[in-house]
Amino acid sequence: MTTQIIVMMKQKHNALNGSGNPVINARNLRKTFGNLIAVDDVSFQVFPGECFGILGPNGAGKTSTIRMTYGFSPMTGGTLEVFNLDITRNARTIKSRIGVCQQENNVDPDLTVQQNLEVFALYFNMPPPEARTQALNLLKFMALDHRKDARATELSGGMMRRLVLARALLNKPDLLILDEPTTGLDPQSRHQVWENLEELQTKGLTILLTTHYMEEASHLCDRLFIMDHGRVLVEGKPLDLIRQHVGRDIIEVVEPSETLRAFMRSWNLKHEDLGHRLIIYVDDGNALYHEISKDHCTGGCIMRMATLEDVFLKLTGRELRE
Amino acid sequence: MKETASIHISMRFLRVWQRNFTVYRQTWKISFLPPLLEPLFYLLAFGVGLSVLVGTIDYGGSEISYTSFIAPALLAINIMNNAFYENMYGSFVRMYYQKTFDAMMATPLSLAEIITGEIVWGATKSVMAATIMLGVISAFGLIQYPEGLLIVPLAFIGGIAFGSMGMVFTGIVPNIELFNLPIFLFITPMFLFSGTFFPVENLPLWAQNLAVLLPLTHLVNLTRSLSLGVFNTSLLTGIVYMVIMCLVLFPLAIHTMYRRLIK
Repeated sequence: MTTQIIVMMKQKHNALNGSGNPVINARNLRKTFGNLIAVDDVSFQVFPGECFGILGPNGAGKTSTIRMTYGFSPMTGGTLEVFNLDITRNARTIKSRIGVCQQENNVDPDLTVQQNLEVFALYFNMPPPEARTQALNLLKFMALDHRKDARATELSGGMMRRLVLARALLNKPDLLILDEPTTGLDPQSRHQVWENLEELQTKGLTILLTTHYMEEASHLCDRLFIMDHGRVLVEGKPLDLIRQHVGRDIIEVVEPSETLRAFMRSWNLKHEDLGHRLIIYVDDGNALYHEISKDHCTGGCIMRMATLEDVFLKLTGRELRE
Repeated sequence: MKETASIHISMRFLRVWQRNFTVYRQTWKISFLPPLLEPLFYLLAFGVGLSVLVGTIDYGGSEISYTSFIAPALLAINIMNNAFYENMYGSFVRMYYQKTFDAMMATPLSLAEIITGEIVWGATKSVMAATIMLGVISAFGLIQYPEGLLIVPLAFIGGIAFGSMGMVFTGIVPNIELFNLPIFLFITPMFLFSGTFFPVENLPLWAQNLAVLLPLTHLVNLTRSLSLGVFNTSLLTGIVYMVIMCLVLFPLAIHTMYRRLIK
């Protein structure tokens, strides 16, 4: 049953791929709320079969950007095409072909799990028998079929999230839009959601997601951009961004000595001084780490692989938001 | 009203109606009780208890019993309350707490269709309540047929009018506690002074002029003349008033909801 859905998605996807055009083509997007500029000149393209991520701290403009892409908020400026259709003129057609997972778990508390899906399918004008089959298939895919008669509000956070995800897949979308899909979930639920998304991805579904979990982005996204204060800071493949902006290895030294600081400066090494901690970015850290641990490691030091989180913190700063 | 001017409402609004109906079906046995019991309580209290003191009332030149005077008013009040509260508390909860509208807006449904579906649903509740009450009141022989049957379509028009009014408040109040304001300043005075439990003519002239402005006064006039099978000019004024109320408040409801939700 599940494979049926997936095969259908794949067929749709292949048909889409034939055109070679981007699924989303956003040019100079702008969104203002009064004096606040939430999104400022953001451009990006998402291609068929790709998983594209929008990363940024709270208040960076991720949700505003994504809400414009599914026709929820009107743009203040710029142009936006989804499936080669202008969103300002074809919102209804576009919305019938996308699945959206909003930030809140806005399941219908007045209905059961299965009813949640069947009623939602009505909004897409899906005939009731088809809606029922599709609902049952998706409940199986999301491992929720044993709870189909439960009230939606009785579900745990992770299950509710999977129900919202199942709901987003009802209309067999060509594009899945996810706004922070795993925020607030425990590690088990998070991994379960990732598994579901990966399976959809391997079947060729195009995905656009926002997140502030770097692990999630490296895990799922083929390409991404990091934004802050409404602007795009960098765009690329996760690994490329790590190599470009922080290198391969990271050495962290706790309570660095003045001599180490002087050593850093004299060798002109890429590093960040946080006072009680020194973070050194290097392409091959082995020799340097050996050197440092021999003479300068009084407070403790470690070497680890550079991650997307290092890129993120380097570019968006370490001060608290909100 | 720039953004609402170009809005196209398709029949998809019925999907929103269907959603509410699906929820309603789960609790219909409980939802059926108030319109069934309420007229019984009122007719018992007022008809048996109070009518002894009141005696008869002059209506359009003829004397009618106090119970047949208030029975149609109970219908009008229920038409008002069902739609008004559904599109105020009910819609507010769905919009604000349950985020049901947010989820709907990510589908091919437009906000105008969502609001239309909600208001038509509110009017449907008015029709259901009025129909049940009509049956109960008829059992007391207080309704003139076939004229009385026109109360059913009237309940729909009244439901759209009062539902739109409730939805306008839903569109503007910052939080649910503030609904007490329109209820206290508007619904309660209407409940008491719209010719419901005593004729408007008993009020001082200035208050009579005020009462004529109130929508419930017109709805009560309508249900009363249809229940008693008495046709006069107030019937036409009442219908015109109700239709204008719909034509003004329905677009206004959509407009305030756009301002509230489209950001």
